[in-house]
Order: sequence, then structure tokens, then C-alpha cells
Amino acid sequence: MTALDEIKIGGLGASRRRVEDNRFIRGKGNYVDDIVLPGMLHMEILRSPVAHARIVSIDTSKAWAIPGVRLVLTGEMMAKRNLAWMPTLSYDTQAVLATDKVRFQGQEVACVIADDPYIAKDACEAIVVEYETLPVVVNPEQALATDAPLIRDDKENQHDNVVFDWEVGDAAGTDRAFAQADLVSKIELHYPRSHPSPIECCGSIADFDRSTSKLTVYMTTQAPHIIRAAVSLVAELPEHMIRIVSPDIGGGFGNKVPVYPGYVMSILASILLERPVKWIEDKTGNLISTGFGRDVYLRGEMALRKDGRILGVRMHTLSDHGAFFADAQPSKFKIGLMHSAFAAYDIPAAHLLARGVYTNKAPGGVAYRCSFRVTEAMFFQERMVQAAADDLGMDQAEFRRVNFVRDDDFPHRTAFGFLTDSGQYGKCLDVGLEAIGYADFQERKKEAASRGRLLGIGISTMTEPLGAGNSREYDILGIKMFDSAELRVHMTGKALLRTGAKTQGQGHETTWAQIVAHELGLPAEDVVVEEGDTDTAPFGMGTYASRSTPVAGAAVAMVARKIRAKARKLAAHLLEVSEEDVEWELGRFYVRSAPNRGVTIQECAAAAYSNMPDGMEPGLENVAYYDPPNLTWPFACYIATVEVDPQTGVWDVLNFVAVDDCGVRINPMIVEGQIMGGLTEAYAMASMQFITYDAEGNCVGSNYMDYLLPTAWETPGFELHEVVTPCPHHPIGAKGIGECATVGGPAAFVNAVMDALKGFGVRNIDMPMLPDRVYEAITTGRDVSGHPPVRQDD
Amino acid sequence: MPVRTVSVTVNGERRTVKVEPRLLLAHMIRHGLKLTGTHTGCDTSNCGACTVLLDGRPVKSCTMLAVQADGHEVTTVEGLAGQSELHPVQEGFKDEHGLQCGFCTPGMMLTAKALLDENPDPTEDEVRWALSGNLCRCTGYQNIVKSVLWAAKKQRAAAGETGAGE
Repeated sequence: MTALDEIKIGGLGASRRRVEDNRFIRGKGNYVDDIVLPGMLHMEILRSPVAHARIVSIDTSKAWAIPGVRLVLTGEMMAKRNLAWMPTLSYDTQAVLATDKVRFQGQEVACVIADDPYIAKDACEAIVVEYETLPVVVNPEQALATDAPLIRDDKENQHDNVVFDWEVGDAAGTDRAFAQADLVSKIELHYPRSHPSPIECCGSIADFDRSTSKLTVYMTTQAPHIIRAAVSLVAELPEHMIRIVSPDIGGGFGNKVPVYPGYVMSILASILLERPVKWIEDKTGNLISTGFGRDVYLRGEMALRKDGRILGVRMHTLSDHGAFFADAQPSKFKIGLMHSAFAAYDIPAAHLLARGVYTNKAPGGVAYRCSFRVTEAMFFQERMVQAAADDLGMDQAEFRRVNFVRDDDFPHRTAFGFLTDSGQYGKCLDVGLEAIGYADFQERKKEAASRGRLLGIGISTMTEPLGAGNSREYDILGIKMFDSAELRVHMTGKALLRTGAKTQGQGHETTWAQIVAHELGLPAEDVVVEEGDTDTAPFGMGTYASRSTPVAGAAVAMVARKIRAKARKLAAHLLEVSEEDVEWELGRFYVRSAPNRGVTIQECAAAAYSNMPDGMEPGLENVAYYDPPNLTWPFACYIATVEVDPQTGVWDVLNFVAVDDCGVRINPMIVEGQIMGGLTEAYAMASMQFITYDAEGNCVGSNYMDYLLPTAWETPGFELHEVVTPCPHHPIGAKGIGECATVGGPAAFVNAVMDALKGFGVRNIDMPMLPDRVYEAITTGRDVSGHPPVRQDD
Repeated sequence: MPVRTVSVTVNGERRTVKVEPRLLLAHMIRHGLKLTGTHTGCDTSNCGACTVLLDGRPVKSCTMLAVQADGHEVTTVEGLAGQSELHPVQEGFKDEHGLQCGFCTPGMMLTAKALLDENPDPTEDEVRWALSGNLCRCTGYQNIVKSVLWAAKKQRAAAGETGAGE
């Protein structure tokens, strides 16, 4: 008997081809809008055309008169059932259908349920709403003005537009650090509002069955179990009578974590009509009303010593949350994990002051591969670092190297209190510099300058906290942020694995089986993976913030180890030796003194059902709930080189190198796919993507004509490299990776363009660096801000 | 609403459906014919998730009325594979990890098939340009380009073997 080849059975480290692909390439995926139930009706939403207005009246009589219309819901009707408002995942409230007034353009005002979606759309147009417009607030400065209109006049004790004031770090220690500084470097940035915009929009099919009292909801959700808990609270139905099914999802990117009014309305409509009700929003509905990303104003100062050492950092964030505070994030942290900034650098003191405000815009903020605001944290960090290096007149790579946490300093306590797990930041940077040709770049830049071309190089070295999180600190709605896996090994050695995570394209059905293969030696193809059905999958917190591998992936390894422990007892029984004499190698137990005498894991599985020892419970299955001891801290070095055309402001990427370290790679092919997708989002934000609002509160960016996604033509090529520093506390040494590239990528592009413009007197151009902004910066020699407009009243 | 009868050859099979004149072809394919591999991803004709082949050429089926397809041949993702074998484009997407969530994949593969039917040996730039009417949020396109080039190579090899030649 020769030992199994782990790569051949699709174990850890195999670039195993995906099982998901078999159905997707045949058009046999099962997404929400593919599902058709007997007697199913269709729902459409009427949205507010204005940003801030009192609702004077809603006349639905013409809509009711259209043949095929079954129900027209308004806020008033929802209010009678105590459903006009719902709780958000941030302990605020959000209007399901507006009762008193509308607070953002695109807000849900009424909905129609009809025999077919075309009729429902017709009927929405037949609803007449009279609005009395109110002054509009489109940015935080306006919201904080003393005469600003109060947006949330529905809330008791809310006398201004402040959502929260929050603080972390050591204010006094940071003041002392600044007192000792040779130099203080400053920067101000706006990370603009963007939208995760999965190609598949949000939708649901609610199916309430009066005969069983059971509510089944097929839904685009990244966190079906949280949704079940939320629906139970909102609809006052018992949890065991609610089944949430998240089928195949056409991308989530954080957009599909929150609870949306459309879900709630479809549920109520199904309860009232006792028929299935399908709601599928269109792209405009998705972009204008569902969870956006970012929209944070960042101000920072860094205290520096002449030799390049960072002594302290001050950060101030002003974040725009729209009309309702609906972020899906751990409840203890009001601006997510923004205080993970500078975790890669050994900084003695740091302090963060954060303020969140309401505006007349759609709710959201935490989405789009942000890992709970780490996108903003790392963008700020790496832009600040470049500004500091410039102020010191130091090489940008050298400045980073001087301040990195050293390899032998882990676990490392950051100035904001996080404990980072492991890292080789210097090595990661070196691999990147070598790959990009850093040593020759200044020569190339000079040569290009002689031809009137502006070359630039931009570095972003970052680390991020993934895998929320331990039960002491991390919860959503009070539910601790663990995750889970349940493994059943059948008599023939085939297996069924279910987890509390929910893939949206990240390949869980392929990679979880690889962890089982690694732990048990069962070929990955013998393990089928399921997620997303709350009646069958163990309770978990879902997939976002790159938490699946750190938490659910750990649970998969742990449950497989429980199975192995029982299989060892079965093996001892079959081999007629004591358990202490049994050794394990991949897929097989053998007698220590006689290695040829052994039984396979499959033979143990058969015995579990047919030949177990006296007193042993039959069967071979178990469940593991994993409360992670810490976050995992992957890190990366991203380097872009660009060429800027000074005549037009157009910039092109010459080369892009990504060096990622996420510890042990379960499936390198899938890891690389995640990185390339993430880098493309980073490029989109740096180059073309934002949602803005005009002074009247009209959303500019509510469709793909205005909200730009890069195509294959614009997207640059990416060169990927790796370093492997395992996570010491994770069962298989793996860290999260899915969001790293989007988190760390944008600063590399911006730093590169800023480097190209060195000597023009420009310190910052806010993203997206559209050609007109770059051109303006070049011709005026000034920074270009992307701040939204402030209303100019005559 | 008045109803019209539409006859379309879909994936080689003649189908007759009664539709309202305003019904979009994408919706007829998805709901009328129950071929749900064709997806809708936007409302402004940008994303290409609804791409099907009309008489062999890619069209965005969200931007055509079903009645306009009367008398034409439509190929959807469900008709891409043969009886037992996958189309080389499908194999290429799986082998080169050209898909993640799978939502853009049907439209992307049909556009790729149309490109390869016209140009069996495209350059990377030609592939990128041909696919620029199809948006993908997951992959960053790099592996999609590799998938299409993989399929092109496989098709050329197969053509060489059967003597179809250059």
C-alpha cells in the first residue's frame, strides 16, 4: 500500500477544477429568477423620484383597476401590520415603505403584486404620489451645518444628523508622539461612493404556506441564517417556521448581506395572498437603493522622525451613511475595522476619531470587498505613507521597509490594539520590487521624460484583518461571529458536507471538499458540498469580509478531525489492536508495529454502519462550530507602473505586479481568480467608478451608462506572485484572501499617477482619476478634489 | 394586450410561442421557453449577460423584442454542447477558470463562440475587443481571455485532425 498523493486526490494545494462549473457552463445554474413556483405572482416597486419630501398623498386606485393586479401595498398598509419600518443590522431603523416622507431618491414608496412583471410595472406607473419637497442634504458638511434639515425626524432623541461619534486609540500618547516629531505630514482624501454592483441584482421569492404555517424564502443572500433571525424578528414568525434558501448567487460582493425592503414586502405579500411572490429588482433599483460602498472623508497626520521612523498617526473620518444606518458590520465597531490602518507598520501611538452622518442618499457603506471598512483604512494608510515618504524626501520602498513590523515580532500588538498573527512584509515587498523592475525604473522614467512622457510607479503594501471573529469582540445583532460545518460520511465512503457560509462564486463547493480530502484522504470528488439552506445547513454567519476560509474553513477541518477521531476507534476495532497502536497516514490507519496491516478511511466508514464495536453509536458524522481565536492577517504588495499623457490626462497601466500572502493556499487557481477579480475592482475605483449626487439629490450613477464597469478591453493584465506565511492559529494555516486585492489595489494606482506627476505641485487627485481630473491637476498644479457639490442657493 | 405568434428555431428545435409584442426576447427565452441559462444583468443594454446567437451572430436578447426573432434561429447556452461533448469554449472556461459566480458565463461563452466561428486564431487583443460588450464582475477577464484562446487552440487542433485545414 503506497501513500495517497494529496494533490492527485484534490487535497490541499491542488489547483482542482471547479465542480460548480459543470452546471454553470451548461446554463444549469439555479439563480433566484430561474425559480418558478406554482401560482407565483410578481412584485414591482415604485420608487421616489425625489430625494427629500413629505408624502402628501398616494392614490393607488388606478393601479388596482388594472386587470391582473392582485395587491398594491403602501406604507400606510405596512404600518397597520407594524411593518412600515424594520430594524437594520446596525441597530438603526429603515423604512420598508415610506410613510411620513422620503429620504433618498429611489426609496421604496409603494409596490404592486400582479400576474406578471410587465403588468406590475404598468400598475406602478398608474400610482399617483403627491410630494412636498424639502431641502436636500447630499454631503456630510451640509448635514452638520447648524441650519441643516433634520433627516431622521422619525427618531426620538435625534436632534441632528449625526449617526455616531466613535473613538479608538491613545489620544494622549499620540499627542506626545507628535510633540517629539521632526516633521508632521498631512493628507486629506475622499474615498468616493461606489457600488458593488453584482451582475445579478437582488431578489426574492416568498412562499407562505397557510396549511403548514411555513414561510420559505428563496433569496439572494450572503447570510441566510442571519436573514432567518431578522425575518423572525420583523415578521414575528417563529424561526423553525422560516426557511431561507440562498441558491446560486450571481455575485454578491457585499451587496447581498443587508435586509432590503423588497424582501420584506414580498414576504408580507405572500402571507396576505397565500401565493408565492417573486421580486427581482432591475439594475437601476439595485444601484440606486441597495448597499453602496465607501463614501468616507479621511484626514490624517503622521508624526515623523528625520531618519524615517513613524512616531504616531492621527486619523479622522467623516462617513456618509445615507438616510438609514444599515451597515452589516460587527456591532462593537461603528466605522468597521478602520482602525486596522497601519497594522503592517511598527507605530508606537495612534488615534482615530470617527463621525458618521445621515444624508439624503441610499443606505449602505460596508460592501464591495471592504472587509468592514479596511478598504478605506488601507487606502488611507498607503496614501499617507507615500505623502510622508515624499515629505521626508525618502524612497517610497525604503520608507516602508524601515517601518515594517519585523518577521520575528509576531504576534504583534498594533497601536490600535489588534494582534497580528504572522508576516514577512519585507520579503513580500522584495518579490514585488524585483518583479516590477524597481531598480531600473528611475532610468526608464527619465528616458520617457526626455520624450515628454510621464511615467510613475506606485506601491501599496498592506495587511488586513480577515475572519471576524472571536466571540469576545465580534457579533452581529448579538449573534457571535462563529461559523460551522457538518460532515456526514456515508457507508460507501462518500460524503456530504454543509457549512454556515454561502458562496457567491468563490468556489466553496470545490475548496471545502479539498480540506476534507486533506484531513481524511477522501478524494475531493467524493465529497459533495452544500450551503445556503437554513433547514439543512448548520447555523453560520455567512460569507462576507473574506471570513469563509478563516472561520467556516477552519470548522470544516475541525469536523473532519472529529470524524477521524471516531474512525481511529473503528480502525482499532477492525485491526484488533488498541487505539494507541494505530497510526494515521493520509486516508489510512495502520498498526504501528506492522505498517502493512491497515484499513482505509472508506473501510472505517463501512464499519461505522455495519461492524462497529459494542457500545459505539453507529454512523460517521459530526458537526463543528468554530469560534476563531483571532483574525487572520494576510498581506500583500501591489505595484503599478503607469504612463500619464500630459496633453489629455489619460493614464495607462504599463505593468501591474501583485504579491499576495494568504498563508497556505487551499486551491491556488481559485486564489488567483479571486485576486484578479479584486484587482479589476481596484482598477475600476481608481480609474472610472463613482456614484455621485447633484445638488438636488439626484443620483448620478444609477445605471450602467453612468456607473462604469471596466470591460475586457480596459482592464490591464496582472502579474501574480506569492509568498507563503502560514497562519499559526488556523487549523490548516490558511488566511482569508478574497478582498485583499480590492483593499490594497487602489492606492497602488493612485500612488503611481501621483509619482508620475511629481514636480507638478500635486499631492492628491481623488478617485476616480478621470482624465479631466488628472488634466486639471497638471494644468493648474493643484490637488483635485472629488467632493460632491454643495447647494448654491440664490 | 394583443398577442402574436412567434416561431423560432431554438437550439435546433422549432418552437412556437404566443407573446405580447412588447415582450423582450430575453424574457421569452427565460420564461416562455424555460431556458434560464440566459441571464439579465442590466436595464441599459450594457452587460451582455443576455447574449444569445441569432442566426449565428451575438445579440443582446434584452434589446430585441421576441416578435423580431420570428423565423430566425436562436442558439442559447443550453444548445452550445453537443449530445455528449462540451463545446471547446465550455471546456476552455472550465480548464482556465474563466468563471466564478457563473452569471456572465453563458453570454460570455456565446460571444466567444461567435468570435471563433469568424476568427479561429484571434490575438489576445482581438479576444478582449470581441468580448467588450460582456461585463464580468468576478474574474478580471484575464482567465476568460485564456479560456477563449484555449478553445481556439483546441478547435484548430481538431480541425487539423479532421483535415478541415486552415
